[in-house]
Amino acid sequence: MKRFEMTKSYSMKKRLALSAIAFSSVGVLLAGCSGAGGGAQQADGPVTLTLATVNNPQMKDMEELKGAFEDSHPDITVNFVAMEENDLRDAVTKDVATQGGQYDIVTVGSYEVPIWGQNDWLVDLGPLAEADTAYNVNDLLPPVREALTVDDSLFAVPFYGESSFLMYNKDMFAAAGLEMPTNPTWDEVAGFARTLKSDDVAGICLRGKPGWGELFAPLTTVVQTFGGSWFDEDWNAEVNSPEFTEAVQFYTDLVKDAGEADPVSTGFTECLNLFSQGNAAMWYDATSAAGPIEADGSAVAGKIGYVHAPVKETEESGWLWAWNLAIPKTSNNQDAAWEFVSWATSTEYINLVGTTLGWERVPPGSRTSTYENADYLAAASAFAPITKDIMLGVNPTQPGVNPQPWVGIQYVTVPEFQDLGNQVSQDIADVFAGRDTVENVLNKGQELAQQAGDAQK
Amino acid sequence: MTAPDLIVAEPAQDPAPAASRTLRRPSTPELSAGQKKALRLARTLVWPAIVVAILVTQIPFLVTIYYSFQNWNLMRPGSRGFAGFDNYVTVFTGGAFMQSLSATVVITGSSIVLSVLFGLGIALLLNRKFFGQGLARTLVITPFLMMPAAAALIFKWSMLDANVGMVNWGLSVLGVDPVQWNTDFPALTVIMVLTWQYTPFMMLILLAGLQSQSKETLEAASVDGAGPVRSFLHMTLPHLRQYIELAVLLGGIMLLQVFDPIAIMTRGTGGTKTLSYLLYERAFVGLEIGEAAAYGVITVLLTIIVASVALRLLFKIFSSEGAKS
Repeated sequence: MKRFEMTKSYSMKKRLALSAIAFSSVGVLLAGCSGAGGGAQQADGPVTLTLATVNNPQMKDMEELKGAFEDSHPDITVNFVAMEENDLRDAVTKDVATQGGQYDIVTVGSYEVPIWGQNDWLVDLGPLAEADTAYNVNDLLPPVREALTVDDSLFAVPFYGESSFLMYNKDMFAAAGLEMPTNPTWDEVAGFARTLKSDDVAGICLRGKPGWGELFAPLTTVVQTFGGSWFDEDWNAEVNSPEFTEAVQFYTDLVKDAGEADPVSTGFTECLNLFSQGNAAMWYDATSAAGPIEADGSAVAGKIGYVHAPVKETEESGWLWAWNLAIPKTSNNQDAAWEFVSWATSTEYINLVGTTLGWERVPPGSRTSTYENADYLAAASAFAPITKDIMLGVNPTQPGVNPQPWVGIQYVTVPEFQDLGNQVSQDIADVFAGRDTVENVLNKGQELAQQAGDAQK
Repeated sequence: MTAPDLIVAEPAQDPAPAASRTLRRPSTPELSAGQKKALRLARTLVWPAIVVAILVTQIPFLVTIYYSFQNWNLMRPGSRGFAGFDNYVTVFTGGAFMQSLSATVVITGSSIVLSVLFGLGIALLLNRKFFGQGLARTLVITPFLMMPAAAALIFKWSMLDANVGMVNWGLSVLGVDPVQWNTDFPALTVIMVLTWQYTPFMMLILLAGLQSQSKETLEAASVDGAGPVRSFLHMTLPHLRQYIELAVLLGGIMLLQVFDPIAIMTRGTGGTKTLSYLLYERAFVGLEIGEAAAYGVITVLLTIIVASVALRLLFKIFSSEGAKS
């Protein structure tokens, strides 16, 4: 019995020891995991910059051409980390919040630049850009620059930008004996659409797919030119105002009467598909759509006319969007990062894309000089001049009839907006299907909007 | 640490009558010290596995519970802090939860019922001997092997597109006007895709059930004068019952997590905002990590309740089946 006791206590110790080994090996595993994120670099000597970007064609062109930058800056290497938009936001947010310093340059949409800037996440590029005379900061398109500026701080510089315009099929208009004015009104456009609608052809393609960036990009511009807005100057929600209601009623009626079939499925890509196959007479969407429409393989290349976004109460109604480069405050290589950012958004880079990849691949909508470049104008003669006119004509500080407390056209630069826009757009899908009325949907939206507005007061 | 020792020591002191003891596992004779030592070593060696299992399976859930008590919007890093039960209050008073729960029940429930019915039909057809049986079986299984996102894209662009979709073309041949699937029938659209994808899965399980049914019994039934319908209703169907229950349970667990067709086709409109899509929206569109975590915790609790009720039911059926045979 005594001997048994001894073995027991002995084995007890051994068990404890084994358990301890087990625990500590798990601990080592965990430590290994947490170690991966660190590794900040010093600014001396060779520098490797990490650029977080969205995976779209223009960014891939940038990656393809980065060799030219590395040749002229032998001390700097640039690594591209391409992600989906949501992943990018998540990654950068975490990096900044934990002071990780993993990214030296980030790609940010114009909706988020002011929000991130106000969160004190981004370096003010204004002084750097002003000091760099070769960069010629005044060449940046003024409305885009305005949209990226908060309290005189320029938090990002545009890589490419876009507005929206109305595209129409000239053949169909000629066949029907209709003529499109350069500055159409929404009432005229609705008339054309209802005339041109047939069993095979939609009179107009307008996005109906839910999402703050899908449906509410075009719809918010319609709301604004009808005199409505998401919020008044004091952040009081105005979603069930008569103007907002009239605009949504107009938009949904137009789609139901003369628009594409199955609007809830239809976003940018679907409209592009429909329009470039000649199955829609008009399409109101991004100026960047002109590229694929005029490209080889499009059934309607050369047959499309481009005019200003339709209006009602305002002079101009195009939206404004840009993908921009910014430097997070957590970067340890801010000087080197600016070297790259200023190169990638320079006139020099635009010329490099034009001469090596082709002028039609130039990132548009960032600099005035792009629209003075004879080569680019020759390659994009159908839509470049009007794109420039619209991009210079829009006013992101007051796109609608009344003043607004944020800078931006088709979005509201508060963190709550994407949620708000998304939920209201999902309810508007019920209007397209006839399951609900515009009034009901906007009354619900009003409550949500008021919550978002209260958060800003 | 002493608990295992107590259990080992217990049978010796157990005053239970011999009758009940025979039902237990054969009572162990007194172990020698060496055997006990070996047992202890064996148990000790299991520890790392248990610890890893606990870490791997439970830590994410514990972290989610922690997040669910945080007020944390990704875009407002400054305002992060302890929120108490605020997120849970939002979940239950926001109205989105109950709608989403009913959407989940409708979509999951109808997809399971339909895919079991279709699966049963196809399994019955495939259970006969015919030339090319193996090929037919492989072809029928294909939808289940397809990635859910790819399946949703095929339905969106090739099958249900309002202009070039095959389904609308087929309907037009029959003289039916084109249907705006996503706009007018969003829930039905999602159910169609899910049924198409999960029918093969149900078919596989039910086919296994059919093939385990003894041919002699069926022959005997037909000799006794039972027609095909009667022998199906009274012999095959009762035999398949446990297979159907297994199919429903597994299908339910998989379909509760459905996300792809909703994200790709309907975007949560018209009663298709299931719990998993709602959770995604709260986290990645609303950027409300705390609220999304609260939804996640509630969803897990609900799933545990539903699954344990379902499992208990299933075990009961299995054991009663076992008692019968």
